[in-house]
Parts: sequence; C-alpha cells; structure tokens
Amino acid sequence: MSTDRPDRIAELFARTRAERRPAIIPFIPAGWPEIDATSEIVRAAIAGGADALELGLPFSDPLADGSTNQHAYDEALAQGVTPATVLNNVRELRGDGVTIPLIIMGYINPMLAYGIDAFIRNAVEVGVDALIIVDMPPNEAGTVEILAREAGLHLIFLVAPTSTDERLRLVADHARGFIYCVSLTGITGARQELSKDLEEFVGRVREYTELPLAVGFGISRREHVEHVGKIADAVVIGSAFVNVVANTPRIERAAAIRHYLEEISGRRNVPIVQTDRSD
Amino acid sequence: MSEQIGKNVHTAREEGSSILSRSIGEEINVPGSGLPDAGGHFGDFGGQYIPETLLPAVTELTEAYQDAMADDDFHARLDDLLHHYVGRPTPLTFAERLSECIDAKIYLKREDLTHTGAHKINAALAQGLLALRMGKRRIIAETGAGQHGVATATVCALLGLDCVVYMGSDDVKRQALNVFRMKLLGAEVRTVHSGSRTLKDATNEAIRDWVTNVRDTYYVIGSVVGPHPYPMMVRDFQSVIGREARMQILDQEGILPTIGIACVGGGSNAIGLFYPFLGDQIRLIGVEAAGEGLSGRHAATLSKGSPGVLHGAKSMLLQDEWGQVTEAHSISAGLDYPGVGPEHSWLKLTKRVEYHAVTDKEALTGLEFLCQNEGIVPALESSHAIAYLLKIKDELFSDDVVLLNLSGRGDKDMNTVADALDVTL
Repeated sequence: MSTDRPDRIAELFARTRAERRPAIIPFIPAGWPEIDATSEIVRAAIAGGADALELGLPFSDPLADGSTNQHAYDEALAQGVTPATVLNNVRELRGDGVTIPLIIMGYINPMLAYGIDAFIRNAVEVGVDALIIVDMPPNEAGTVEILAREAGLHLIFLVAPTSTDERLRLVADHARGFIYCVSLTGITGARQELSKDLEEFVGRVREYTELPLAVGFGISRREHVEHVGKIADAVVIGSAFVNVVANTPRIERAAAIRHYLEEISGRRNVPIVQTDRSD
Repeated sequence: MSEQIGKNVHTAREEGSSILSRSIGEEINVPGSGLPDAGGHFGDFGGQYIPETLLPAVTELTEAYQDAMADDDFHARLDDLLHHYVGRPTPLTFAERLSECIDAKIYLKREDLTHTGAHKINAALAQGLLALRMGKRRIIAETGAGQHGVATATVCALLGLDCVVYMGSDDVKRQALNVFRMKLLGAEVRTVHSGSRTLKDATNEAIRDWVTNVRDTYYVIGSVVGPHPYPMMVRDFQSVIGREARMQILDQEGILPTIGIACVGGGSNAIGLFYPFLGDQIRLIGVEAAGEGLSGRHAATLSKGSPGVLHGAKSMLLQDEWGQVTEAHSISAGLDYPGVGPEHSWLKLTKRVEYHAVTDKEALTGLEFLCQNEGIVPALESSHAIAYLLKIKDELFSDDVVLLNLSGRGDKDMNTVADALDVTL
C-alpha cells in the first residue's frame, strides 16, 4: 500500500477477527433504484451493521449475475448511471465521514472504456478501497494488477467450488485484501439453502492463503450468516439485499435496510422476514 | 485505432505487447501466423475474460481439444461424418453470369449445400463429437437466426445428446420456422427476454447456464467468439471450408484466387475461408452488415467499433462511450451481433484482411442478383459478400479470380425478404 493510505480492509478484518464474528458486506448497484439513492442506502446499511459495502458498477451484459442484479443494472443504466456516478457516490460518502471499506464490484469493459489507469487513479482519489472485477481472472489481470497495487487499491479475486488446486494456488498468489469465495457453482441470486460442500470448499481455499475469506452468492438468511461465520471472515449479501431495497418504497427504505441487516447480522433477535425470492 | 488500443492495453503480457507493437503496419507471415498464444491471445485481443467458475472448464476443454486433434480416430470419425452426413466436400461453383457481369472469374464455395443449409454444421458436429469424448451429455447453445441452433439440435439428435438452445424473444418471433425445426429435432428452446432480446442476450443466458451446470454441460459456441479456446477451435473446425476451396480452385482454375471474400458477423465462415490462405498472396475481404447505414443502426463492429470485452474475449465491440454494449442491427439475424471474433480484430489491426460494410438494401440487391442470374437463393448473410463484390466490380481486373464463400442458403430468410420487398406471402 502507498504510505499515507489507511488499509481499511486489513483494519476491518483485524477487528472482526478479534470480535470473533464475520464481517457483513451488503452489495448494492450504484445509482439504483434512483440515481441519488446510494448515499442513503449506504448510511442505512451502516446503521444496520454493515462493516463494508460493495457498490455495483452497472454493465449491460452482466453474465455472472442472476435476474435480480441484471434487472437492477438495466434500471440503473436507463437512469444514466456511469462510472463517474459511482465514483462521485464514494466521494460524497467519504466527505460525509463514512470510514468503512467501500468496494467497487463490476465487469471489466466499463472500466476499460473509462480508461483503466484513470479509473484506478480516480477510485483511489475518491476513497475506494478495493475493486472486484468479475470477468477478469488473474491470468488476464496483467497491468490492472500492477496499476492497482501501485495505487494502493486492493484487487479482489474470486474462487469457485470448481476451482482446481492449481487455480486456488494461482489466485492466492495474486490476491490482496481478501479472497472472494463464490459459495456455489452458479450465478448470483438469493437461494433458500447453502451448498452442502461449502465447508469443504472454504477449507480447501484456506490451505492456500492466510488472507481473510469472504463468502458470497446465494446468501440471504440469518442461519446462512451463522453458518458462514464459523468458517469464513465475511459474508457478502447481494441479491437478497437488493430485493429488500427493490421491494420497499423509498420512504420506508432506510428502516427496512436497517431492520434486515440487524436481523441477518444477529444484532437483533427477531424472526427473519422472508425477503428472498429465488431467481 | 492503434492509439485507442494503446490506451486500453491492460494485459501487460510481454509476448502480447511485443506482438502488438511489432505488428502495427507490418504484414504477418504464413499460414495461421501461429496464433493464438497459449493464453488464447491474438496480440492484445482474445483471452479468457470469464468468471473464475468457468476457468477450469475452458482449461479442460483446451486439453480435450488438443487431445482430440492428436487422435487419428477422432479425425477419422469427424471426416467420415463430414463426408457422409454433412455432404462434404461442398462444390466449388463457377458463377458464369455473375462473372460476366463483374468481368472477373467468380467462384462460389457452396456451404449452402451442406446438411442443414449453412456452414454452422461443420463446427457444431465437431464440437458434438468433442463433447461425447469428454463425457458431457448435456449440450447448450445460443442462436440468433436459428441456423446454429438447428445445426446443434441436429448434431445432438445424431449423437444422442440432450440439447438446450437459448434464443432471444425477438428472434424467436422473427425465426418461428427455425424454432419449430429445433423442437422437431428434439431440442428444448429457451426464450430469453432480457436486454435486447437477441443473440447477445441469448449468449449471456447460455453462459449463465454454463456457469451453473459446468460440470456436466458442454457449451457449443456457434462462432469464433467467446473465451479461448473457442475462437481457435471453431476456426480450426471451420477451416475445412478454405482447405477444400484451395484444392478445388487449384484443380479447376489451376491457380490460387487473387481475392477471397466472405461476410462477417461473429466471423466463423470468413475465418474458415481465410485461414488456409493467410500465407498466400491473396487479397482477403470481410464484409460486415452496415444495416440502415454506418451513421444509423448497423452491425459493423470492425468498421465502427472500438476495443472492449464481451462474452469472454477482448475484441472490437459496438459500445457507447461508457463501455455499455450497444444493440446491433442488420436485416440478417446471423450478422446482428455487436461483437466479432478476436482473430478478425487482429487481422484488421495487422492489415492482413480488409473489412468493409454493405447496407440491408445492398444485401437485398445481392440476394436478388444471385437468385436471378445463378439460380441460387443465398442467405441474407452471404448476400452481403455478393453485394460488396457487385459494388467494387470496377476495381477488379478480368484476370482476377474471386473466391466467395456462400455460407448458407436463403430459405430461412424468405419471410424477411418478402417483408423488405413489400410482398405479402
């Protein structure tokens, strides 16, 4: 990392490891449901217990995403959301004193179109901590990885249950910040149950790295979080969180987000509201 | 263009960048040019831009493909089926009246005469055999016009494999006959309602299926697009077109052609024709769909696009300033795709192949011309190549020998053509 930049991600995991709990990382497409909604969503998420946020950079062809996220991306794009919107969101949040890790998740093409050097430089300037590029495995990362490292931006790579030991070793060699474990063989989307092989899979990843492990894809319920919390360092809540936002009028949104995250993170001990819909 | 690519270079692979910088303005030498590299790169184009879940699958496929290529039994089975089932070699027809009109010698490579009526069957059959060899009995495919879907459904029926074909809902409407054909052949056709509801979105959905069912599913890609090894593998399987044509024209005309010409959507029929001629002194021309004109709605990716990543590879792409993929338009559903095979981007960059575009209207003229002067009803796709030839006839010399890939027949397009000509059927 560059000298004067705090490593918010390392600090977060040091803290959650000490507190013996998983970090809660919701995912939300930037500039959605309304183009100016992101700031209030992030603030409500933090109030509900979010430890970091993933902001989705909308793309016209999100081939690793299920219908929930696809639909949200389509709406965001129709509203004119661009990489500049996402970067401005982060700038605003930092200006308002938000200090949790903020991560941009997306596909490579919009970043290339923006100019990858400029995107990384601007991301660092506004206070982004990490990038997750779903369709850029380490073998294609090349200069992006070098540029990100020089700029002090973590480039987060993914591993999947199909990853061979050779792939796990490769990803572990390139990984910084944390490793994103895709919980299932499939696309994003809320599921009723977690994969039965999740423990074995996360165990396999663990053999190759000391880095924190985040588990995502398909996680929607408190019992999922409890289960993942025993084997990994963080849970990413994507489509289920997106559904909460989608299904709530704006005026009730902040309360619904806080409520959902308090429940799923175990801060509040009430029955889980059924918010997932399978896609 | 080189400046744009320079701005976007992000795979700092040493071999990739050096090939890129070395090649600008220079000609590449000899057959095949030895590309792609081991990672599937044609210079900066190509590669494997896919979710990690699929990486093991493409690695497995690359190995299985190389294994099969080294196996005489695989070749024997493929050659046998290409001959007795597909009907290869397809004829090379001297087009007498077209030649007279253009004042050059025009030969047509008759892929329209293959079983199922287009070149798509060449790669679908080979991939079906490869899937069988890999023990994957569930096949998925994407289709636009339905030709690749029909070819894949045909191969699955032949080999006893399960077949699911993804097709955009707009295309399902436009190509109802092919949807029915696929179902008759035993395939399940899944309608895709997302995005632009055409080939691009059918491809997204096929990839999502593959991500989910990768352990037992083989994805038969219909063109030289997608992550490595598809652009290389489909090229190699389609090269049978150019290999045959090369022998046939030497046999019938005694010399190599001076010009090779083919239409380009994803680019599989074009690369199939061009590849065996890359090392020869021959002008190669790819013809894209200019749709309603290059300033309006079109599908001329190489003429008007910029470098980007779609469907697992870096190539030229129709996109807006923010990197969102834009909708393509062509009267021909088979050319209606905002991307193009990475090797074509490379061949354009290195100037080995020139790319031009003709409009819907011009393509229709080409179609009518071939119907009325040669008694052949070409597919709208192939009609683009004919139209371009008619357009440049004044540039040609009487001793020019032109090899034109007639990639498919036009039966499937009769409704579209009738509509365009204001005829009610």
